[in-house]
Amino acid sequence: MFNFFNNSNIFIWIEKFINFLNSIFFVLLLVALSFALIFSPPDYLQGDSVRIMYVHVPAAWISLSSFSCIALLSIFNFIFKIKNLKIVIKSIAPIGLMFTCIAIVTGSIWGQPTWGTFWAWDARITSMVILALFYFLLISVNKLIIDEDRANKISSFIAAVGLINIPIIKYSVDWWNTLHQPASIKISGTSTIHSSMLVPLLLMFLVLILYCALIFLMKYKTEIIRIKKKNLKRL
Amino acid sequence: MLPKKVKKRAFLLAICLSVSVISIFLILNALNKNILYFNSPSDIKLNQNINFEKKMRVGGMVKKNTLKIYDQEIRFIITDFKNEIRVSFKGTVPNLFAEGKGVVAEGKLQDKKFFIAERILAKHDENYMPPELKNVTKYNAK
Repeated sequence: MFNFFNNSNIFIWIEKFINFLNSIFFVLLLVALSFALIFSPPDYLQGDSVRIMYVHVPAAWISLSSFSCIALLSIFNFIFKIKNLKIVIKSIAPIGLMFTCIAIVTGSIWGQPTWGTFWAWDARITSMVILALFYFLLISVNKLIIDEDRANKISSFIAAVGLINIPIIKYSVDWWNTLHQPASIKISGTSTIHSSMLVPLLLMFLVLILYCALIFLMKYKTEIIRIKKKNLKRL
Repeated sequence: MLPKKVKKRAFLLAICLSVSVISIFLILNALNKNILYFNSPSDIKLNQNINFEKKMRVGGMVKKNTLKIYDQEIRFIITDFKNEIRVSFKGTVPNLFAEGKGVVAEGKLQDKKFFIAERILAKHDENYMPPELKNVTKYNAK
């Protein structure tokens, strides 16, 4: 049982999995992009600028879910001191920051033609910026504080506090008047996005998730190599 | 049974989390009026002490058949289906600005019923559909 979770074993599995993902990723990317950019219809109101949504929405979903992941894992890590989780947290954080930035940038590019402004300090957009700051804090704490135990503690607290921001982002469009539109895809009830646009959106989401998995595994691999270099058998 | 140390750490974290949840809730509650990106015409009607010098934003729907385009300015009515406010604006409007669609106007109130806008933003709703379905209005129903 414990042998399975040995780093050398994990390393071999990661190698295999990365190869597998590499083999399917580009095919899926091509399929999803051609659906999003060519086969899906333009919007009745926005025209072709709706296509930005196919990157914007999945990026925002990924940034929210990866932060929730980080926060839950760090709470777990703080309470039970499972050392492997730390590598996981370290590997997810840069991905989340990147997708938060992608969501903000694509959103403002979309905002210029549709709203008439690049930027608005409304609740949704401001809370997304705060999320990006939390990611930045987490990463810099792990980089700058050399004492591992302390870095662990501080980053757990940052992640736990940042977790409160997640429902605020999600429900900001319902609680307050915002320029940002409310969610189109609802878990309960009918979605207000037509199925011919929903399919490419979900495809793009799948592809970006695969991309995240790929980057995550590569990052995890380098972290293991870093540990091996320190010549430690265990963490 | 969990070791005592683990329990202690869980307890510490729970306290920190609940304190920060409560404090953030209180902050947001206190800021409530300022977090709103725009006021609806009803908000303005109910508000007793409006500062007419200060810039503000009014948002709602552009009432159907009220958009009038003159040489130098456009005039329309913003409604939230309860109260209305007349708006006058000089300048260019975004692509999505149209009758029956959401709008946010930035500018100064002249009185409680008249607003001079300096900037117009279009508010997009959450409906996405191909152009062929544009006339199927039932699709918008919840």
